Amino acid sequence: MTTLTRPRGRAARGGSTAVAPPPWWRRQGAQGWLYAGPTALIVVVLFLAPLVLVGWMSLNRWPLLGEATLNAPANYTKIADNPLFADAVWFTLKYTVIITVVLSLFALGLALLVQERRPGVGFFRTAFFLPGAVGFAAAALLFYGMLNSDFGPIDPILRTLGIIDEPVSWIGTPNMALFSTITLVLWRFAGFNMLILLTGLQAIPVAVYEAARTDGASRWVIFRRITLPLLRPTIALMLIMSITGSLLAFDQFFIFTNGGPDNSTVSMVMVIYRDAFLRFDLGGAAALSVVLLIALVALNALQMRVLRRPE
Amino acid sequence: MRYYTTMSALAVLFLFPLVWSGWASMEEPGNYVEMAQFGEGLGTYLTNSALVSVMTVAGTLFVSALGGYAFARFAFPGKNLLFLATLAILMVPYATVLIPLYVLLGYIGLQNSLVGVALVFVMFQLPFALFMMRNAFEALPKELEEAALVDGCTTFRAFVRILLRAVRPAMVTVGLFAFLASWNDFFAPLILLNDGASFTLPVAVVSMTQNTFGAIDYGMLQAGVMVMAIPCLILFLVLQRHYVRGFMSGALRG
Repeated sequence: MTTLTRPRGRAARGGSTAVAPPPWWRRQGAQGWLYAGPTALIVVVLFLAPLVLVGWMSLNRWPLLGEATLNAPANYTKIADNPLFADAVWFTLKYTVIITVVLSLFALGLALLVQERRPGVGFFRTAFFLPGAVGFAAAALLFYGMLNSDFGPIDPILRTLGIIDEPVSWIGTPNMALFSTITLVLWRFAGFNMLILLTGLQAIPVAVYEAARTDGASRWVIFRRITLPLLRPTIALMLIMSITGSLLAFDQFFIFTNGGPDNSTVSMVMVIYRDAFLRFDLGGAAALSVVLLIALVALNALQMRVLRRPE
Repeated sequence: MRYYTTMSALAVLFLFPLVWSGWASMEEPGNYVEMAQFGEGLGTYLTNSALVSVMTVAGTLFVSALGGYAFARFAFPGKNLLFLATLAILMVPYATVLIPLYVLLGYIGLQNSLVGVALVFVMFQLPFALFMMRNAFEALPKELEEAALVDGCTTFRAFVRILLRAVRPAMVTVGLFAFLASWNDFFAPLILLNDGASFTLPVAVVSMTQNTFGAIDYGMLQAGVMVMAIPCLILFLVLQRHYVRGFMSGALRG
């Protein structure tokens, strides 16, 4: 087809066999850059330039309003004196460990439950995922109302069931606030993680399972010896996403617990936000952002090594 | 049977909060009336959110369709570097980029601007969108445009007339992700918008809990939750297949 039409195309263009080199805008490289231009523009102006700027800001006293003045390395040295940040690091790490373990196990359970095709399973998959379609901010506000002792339905339901006799202060103590937040995140993200695991589960060939079954392997052995190892890359991906997402947690603590009670649920990103927009110290916030970036890149590199290692 | 009992119980747990919120928002008919008059008025926030979402979806589709074509079909210097730089957006914490963007958008006259917020959303969507569109173009047989090119068609005409039509499913997926992200995101507009009249819905509704004088109106709050959630729920239920394809495409396998 192409060989037949090529001569005709050439004839139509010039009519002679001596083809002049194409003008610059017809060349591969130039054309590629024209199409990739908008991508490059966005990446350079809105991503790379801010990365350079945040580094520069972190070396300056940079108030929200007013002139910036060089003060390096004060923004970095004062991080150590920021007790709120030290507490936030500890709290964020604790939250990350708990939520990653709980969420992963719960999502794995859900994925195994909806793995096989049977009547109604599509409905259940959709039902488990549906909270994931709601924005996280909306989900946090929903729980804010739902867990309110006077307005929400949870207290009356638990009272009717005889589980509690007094109103529960769901975000009133540090531990309850953490517990309630974990419930919220579980509700919002379990289906999302289930879907990730499901794509991994469905990539395992049915023949592998059948072979194991004919060999008389029990369900547990099949799970341990076949499902888990073959699911390893997918589980690694889910863990990396969960760990990264949790270390950068903001919405749930800003909206749902507002960092309280007594700053017990202030995450690292919340400290950055507070430094920048409540204490008007953009330079300090920039220094914290740079530290967070370096820590995260290092952690991601480490995770890729550990989790991606073949069996 | 035990399977279906367990599954139904779980489904109730997952669906109950949504049903309760819908019910609580309608318990008093006044909730939606109050919600409509809250702050600058629901109309303002809805318009702002809709504008940001439309600009984000259009911008993401425009940039990633052209970019995906470039990465799938052309060899150009710096190609791999640009692709890696785009994927690196995923590695960098949201806050690390937004703090300087707050300053940078001020420099280019886009402080407190819905256009600025939309551009930032386009940037955050780009790794997924570009990856998705590049794969979609790569999956098309070269013969599809070759015939047209040989007939003297420019690559741009082949792109618009033939290829864009063929990658439409991928564009629906990219558009859906871009809409859900821009409609729902809270952190970027919280930082980049500082005037009540330009707030998007999530920032406005959250401010109901934080800036109220006296008691929080929980009924009105759930009305706000519903206004935010219902478009997403409908869109998700209608376009579920396209959403799941986003997962399957391997874009998330990093």
